[in-house]
Amino acid sequence: MEIPRHWRLKQQRYSLVGETCPHCEAKIFPPRDVCPTCGGEAKTQYTFSGKGEVFSYTTIYEAPSGYDETAPYTVALVKLEEGPIITAQLTDLGDQPVEIGMPVEMVTRKLRSENEDRGILIYGYKFRPVLSRAA
Amino acid sequence: MRQVAIAGIGQTSVDEHWEKAIRDLAVDAILAALMDAGRQSAEALFVGNMMSGIIDHQNNLGALIADWAGLRSAEAVKIEAACGSGAAALRAGLIAVASGEVDSALVVGVEKMTDQSGHDITAALATAADADWEVDHGVSFVGLNAMIMRRYMHEYGWKHADFAPFSINAHANALHNPFARLHQAITVEDFEKAPMIATPINLLDASPTGDGAAAVLLLPAEKVMSNNQRPRTIIAGSASVTDTISVHSRRDPLFLTAAYESAKKAYAQAGVEPKDIDLFELHDAFSIMSALSLEACGFAERGQGPRLGLDGETAIGGRIPCVTRGGLKARGHPVGATGIYQIVEVVQQLRGECGPTQVEGARIGMAQNIGGAGATIVTHIIAAD
Repeated sequence: MEIPRHWRLKQQRYSLVGETCPHCEAKIFPPRDVCPTCGGEAKTQYTFSGKGEVFSYTTIYEAPSGYDETAPYTVALVKLEEGPIITAQLTDLGDQPVEIGMPVEMVTRKLRSENEDRGILIYGYKFRPVLSRAA
Repeated sequence: MRQVAIAGIGQTSVDEHWEKAIRDLAVDAILAALMDAGRQSAEALFVGNMMSGIIDHQNNLGALIADWAGLRSAEAVKIEAACGSGAAALRAGLIAVASGEVDSALVVGVEKMTDQSGHDITAALATAADADWEVDHGVSFVGLNAMIMRRYMHEYGWKHADFAPFSINAHANALHNPFARLHQAITVEDFEKAPMIATPINLLDASPTGDGAAAVLLLPAEKVMSNNQRPRTIIAGSASVTDTISVHSRRDPLFLTAAYESAKKAYAQAGVEPKDIDLFELHDAFSIMSALSLEACGFAERGQGPRLGLDGETAIGGRIPCVTRGGLKARGHPVGATGIYQIVEVVQQLRGECGPTQVEGARIGMAQNIGGAGATIVTHIIAAD
């Protein structure tokens, strides 16, 4: 059981809360307090829109323990529209083939269940194809 | 700082050593290195290892292995930098001897991997990446490299089969290395139809795991003599550089900045340029990493790494022979041991002991060991004198 480890990431996992650098205005995710662009102190909270596009992706057939039940699944590097790239699973793909450049948006999904029957459920961000607007 | 020589080398085969524990493997390699150097002991021991705490339920590896190897009272410590642990440990040994703090140091890289199931090993290897921001999202270590490869193919227009020569060369060279994990030549057709691990990386893009240990004995160069049978081998360059641990945090995920920086430092220390390097034991954990290492170290233009393989330049007799004893791909990748296997193999080349895969007249060899998906990169240049 690693409840505090997941609990302390809840703002990021559920709502993509990162930071913005007051010195160079870089947007930072995940938050790290030291701006990776200019090295200045960066503690100003910034909530990302959750919109982005696929920078790269892979479909994983040989999964780590804890994830093997859901394999194969697709993980992507998602470039958020504010700049940073993050690692996240793609979901709700249906029959749609994944392509580099595909627009995606953040949703909250179960990442995995820890220790099967009595363990905690870990939720967090995944990304799905941007739904086309109804005509 | 004084010059340091590699006075002895030793290795076990990379294999499924069901009958041997991690300590047995390490001791085998250490005793072989001591015998090769004609020595009985060393003042200090540096152990390169990644996963003993997870796989073997064993930490305090320095004391354990010093104890079992009969290195009574030796200073001994484990150095961990994921798959780069071996070369990181070599650097620790080098610094200890070069500084004059000790007059002899053993460095052993060791990993015991086959006691656990494949899924558990996949999970253990993923600890090389960022636990909170990569691994919790279900990405495997192969998956991280797969996303780099996919983007690379997209940006530069290479096909999957264009990476085949790297793996074919590794397998061809391993046929002549009795310590290698795989003794099996492969073809482009084999490469294209191998089982998928994480698209576009399949089983023949990826290096096999295994159990193994390799060791070197370091002495001040002035205590080691060259002779006709065996040139003295000197560590002429050594540099370790880090980059962001996460692939997604890189300004350019398709360039190994830490490889570029560490190679640049090592070249400057050794007073050489890429054209002076006679062979390159690079970190071909995945075929894409061969391309990226060749580019970052100055052997190919950006995006053109696969061209060297396709043109035969990385084979024995080519412009920059790579993985001359099989590399990670076919000698095998017992992760924390790999960096020392590379050094042992460079020394074998400089001594002229490599039979059909001997690089004629080899005087300067380079080894590069990578921890994580480009996060810790250690480059060594070894010269015969």
